[in-house]
Amino acid sequence: MSIILKAENISKQYRLGLVGTGSILHDFNRFWYRIRGKEDPYLKIGAVNDRTAKATEDYVWALQDINFEVQQGEVLGIIGKNGAGKSTLLKLLSQVTSPTTGVIKSKGRIASLLEVGTGFHPELTGRENIYLNGAILGMTKAEIASKIDEIIEFSGCELYIDTPTKRYSSGMTVRLAFAVAAHLEPDILVIDEVLAVGDAEFQKRAIGKMQEISSGQGRTVLFVSHNMASVQKLCNRILLIEHGKVILDTLDVDEGIQRYLQTGRDQLKAKLNERTDRKGNGFIKLMRVGIEDASGNEVDTVITGSKVVIKFECQKKEGELKKVAIAFSVTRSNGTLLSTFVSDVTHDLFNLSESNSEVSFSCVIDRLPFSEGTYDCNVTIKQDNQVTDWVIKAFGFTVIDGDYFGTGRINPKSHSGVLIDHHWSKN
Amino acid sequence: MSKDESWLFEISSKRKFLSLNFKEIWRYRDLLFLFVKRDVVTVYKQTVLGPLWFFIQPLFTSVVFTLIFNRIASIDTGFIPSFLFNLAGITIWNYFKICLTGTASTFRANASMFGKVYFPRFIVPLSKVISNLVKFGIQMIILTGFYVYYVLDGAQIGLGWYTFLFPLYLALMAIYGLGIGMIISTFTTKYRDLSILLTFSMQLVMYLSAVPYPMSEVTTKVPSYAWVVEYNPIAHMVEGFRYALFGGDTLSFDWSVLGVITLAGILIFLLGLMLFNRTEKTFIDTV
Repeated sequence: MSIILKAENISKQYRLGLVGTGSILHDFNRFWYRIRGKEDPYLKIGAVNDRTAKATEDYVWALQDINFEVQQGEVLGIIGKNGAGKSTLLKLLSQVTSPTTGVIKSKGRIASLLEVGTGFHPELTGRENIYLNGAILGMTKAEIASKIDEIIEFSGCELYIDTPTKRYSSGMTVRLAFAVAAHLEPDILVIDEVLAVGDAEFQKRAIGKMQEISSGQGRTVLFVSHNMASVQKLCNRILLIEHGKVILDTLDVDEGIQRYLQTGRDQLKAKLNERTDRKGNGFIKLMRVGIEDASGNEVDTVITGSKVVIKFECQKKEGELKKVAIAFSVTRSNGTLLSTFVSDVTHDLFNLSESNSEVSFSCVIDRLPFSEGTYDCNVTIKQDNQVTDWVIKAFGFTVIDGDYFGTGRINPKSHSGVLIDHHWSKN
Repeated sequence: MSKDESWLFEISSKRKFLSLNFKEIWRYRDLLFLFVKRDVVTVYKQTVLGPLWFFIQPLFTSVVFTLIFNRIASIDTGFIPSFLFNLAGITIWNYFKICLTGTASTFRANASMFGKVYFPRFIVPLSKVISNLVKFGIQMIILTGFYVYYVLDGAQIGLGWYTFLFPLYLALMAIYGLGIGMIISTFTTKYRDLSILLTFSMQLVMYLSAVPYPMSEVTTKVPSYAWVVEYNPIAHMVEGFRYALFGGDTLSFDWSVLGVITLAGILIFLLGLMLFNRTEKTFIDTV
């Protein structure tokens, strides 16, 4: 294996706020420094890329000192929370903009798919657009001509191929565009989350095609996604980015995904113990809720179908408390109730001894049935049918799609909800 | 680890002062032609008259110019029929104008595409210059038609050695359009003021570029202000283009002037290219 791509100390600085007279001043200042052969004065300043903190400076480092090497044939998954700098990195890799400092060296042609259908012209026919889009992505006319039948077949738009694309439905346009992209054959392919397009059937074909591209033909792929299910399937190496810096570079994909799910957990840890908008006599008070994955790591994002343990840490009043029950409900972020988890239904009432002032309960969900989305949970604690604590939206969690049924397939996004174990047979 | 440092290319903030990667442009030649085709084909799609619109604008403008400048203001075009004189001026001016405005809007008009995919950005203005050549060619057809008509009608015009200057002036117009357009495109990415200026100034520049009159009119009628036109290379090109078509002594032609404007054109083009190279790397952050 040989190195095909190398990033050395790349950083990217952006100016915050609007372009106005202030930026003219900076431009002049920069120019003045440059003609005297000095370094850009604004490179020394700049805040770390953290969206939650209020901007205190005019400049921000979207990426800072990124170093990595990519081997020939590797499928590198670049993951990170929104705004971590993934897309900036892709822009730099695809030469759309250049880094503020550092250099990216490549031994192969890079083709980037930051979007499908770049340059599509609505007045041109499907066929004409295949040629135009293909050429924009770096193919020659001869290359496209040799694949045109394959592309048309893959897109499933045979009937409309000589109709202007402005008459296409948006779905058809996307399919056609993806079909062109899927037939690119560069040395290095850079892909942003373009897979999340089209209907379920097309998505399946798209993922299949992606797998074929990345595994079958030894192509080097750099893949950015939020969809851990496809990252897990496609990638053999993970680059985790947070606040514009690489915090993990690993060949262990599962470990990478694990770390990604854990990032940002600390700030999400609700200050539950400080909340006063609660009801109940306070005999037992919920102080903290922790969500753990199968291996006992605390996370805030969980995967459909995986084992999840929810830990409720409570403070209790002195003395023995009998007939304690704890329950929580899961609602969608719009408030629709999906399910409740009530301890005295599935288990029995708990009896708490007098010695401890702290007590914790665990609720184990063997296979998480919720599909992708964010969920809120209300918690009620009762003792002898008296409410001791009741907190609305005491905690929440984010779910990303995973393989619930153990079939390697995922429910179509448009038909998601709560997954229920079931079997099909032919009579 | 591999010691082989033969990188195919590097992406960094460092830039060459001037670079025009012909090899890369050649590799993307198919894209160039597809852009040209797109520009030509899509302009008049879903119009009834279609390419006829290429004719209508210069014809009507020439009629109005002839009426106002030659009949009312009685500008003398010598032995050249004034309608033909105006048509020739407008045809070459139009070519210059669409090359310049097309190039000047390169970054802004293609921002969404440039923001997603890399290809040599110079392809876009180049494709504009070529596709505009097609429009120019179509307009030349009617110019030729009227030319033949007036010759048969007995006008004292004809081709001569000077006809060979025709492609030279056309190329000069393209170079100026590209050069000035690239300079403007650079500045409009961050500060949009210039694009607002451009829309109304093109009209004014046309009047200062000897389009509705021969340069001799200015030097004889308003000699004290003649420098405005005389130092305008575009005026010399419009004049020269007409000379290439009609010859004769109403129009001035001077080899040294041609030499100077050619040199100036190349310099403007190189300056434009330099600014363009600088801008294409990071314009997406400021546009």
